[in-house]
Amino acid sequence: MRFRAQVVVSLKDGLLDPQGKAVEGSLPALGWTNVSDVRIGRYVELDVEAIDQDAAVSQVQAMAERLLSNPVIETFRIVEVSELVGLGSEDRS
Amino acid sequence: MTRKPRIGVVTFPGSLDDRDALRAVTSMGGEGVPLWHAEHELHGVEAVILPGGFSYGDYLRTGAIARFANVMDEIRMFADSGGPVVGICNGFQILCEAGMLPGALIRNRGLRFVCKIATIRVETSLSPLTEGLVAGEVLAVPVKHGEGQFVAEGRALQRIEDEGLVAFRYCAPDGMLDDDQNPNGATNAIAGVRNERGNVVGLMPHPEHAVDPDVGPTGGQPLIASLLSFALARV
Repeated sequence: MRFRAQVVVSLKDGLLDPQGKAVEGSLPALGWTNVSDVRIGRYVELDVEAIDQDAAVSQVQAMAERLLSNPVIETFRIVEVSELVGLGSEDRS
Repeated sequence: MTRKPRIGVVTFPGSLDDRDALRAVTSMGGEGVPLWHAEHELHGVEAVILPGGFSYGDYLRTGAIARFANVMDEIRMFADSGGPVVGICNGFQILCEAGMLPGALIRNRGLRFVCKIATIRVETSLSPLTEGLVAGEVLAVPVKHGEGQFVAEGRALQRIEDEGLVAFRYCAPDGMLDDDQNPNGATNAIAGVRNERGNVVGLMPHPEHAVDPDVGPTGGQPLIASLLSFALARV
């Protein structure tokens, strides 16, 4: 079975996010003066072949811990792991 | 020096400063030994330098992919047995990603790539780069990086400071800490750290670019000299 996983990686709270700060600093110039705490992270989407949903999720978890995120400074959240139904292995739309 | 210490310098895809590191080692009286990322082989070297550059394009995070290179297995074993390992710039980022040094390097505070001569203060003699030096000594060494802001979480940072793991801090030429002299916003002005055992050290500034008086400051000389004698003493 083929699953598509979505993982969001973000900087831990309490660590300064220079990109977020820069974006936050730019928004008031465009008229949005009511914005604060802009944080920028990383979105990772991937497909994985697995025997079932549980196997897919635990593999995504392991990959996120080992490579997709750096646990020293980042946290990650698995947004979704869902089976791709009716798609050939070449399709990715 | 009666015998030339053999200092290995790893080339990853995207390494840039491997040649300069080999040249610096040679000019200071050592034997530079090129190491290749894909090999499980250290060729009997007595110290290892992970050089600067943009290994694997710095995709995902700086150093994140390089830490899984074949040669890193050998380097980890070498370090576990007490062998001296030095990470410069991208090499420092790789050692942090590999968990061989505490903390991490993120985008510079100012978001811009910085390229300048920095002054750094030696904070400990307990590292392969600083064994022959005295804490408080100030050296002029270039920095050139976009992601050199050292960060660590509260408790981890506390441990780094309490256990004296800070190896270098950015400072003014007189040795005083000054936020204007901190090129990347590094926490506590930390420019480099060492491990608990004192045989692995990483720093953002580039000692290998600062050994030849014809092309700039020579603050790298005492650091490379220390590495050579550290490597010899261990044999």
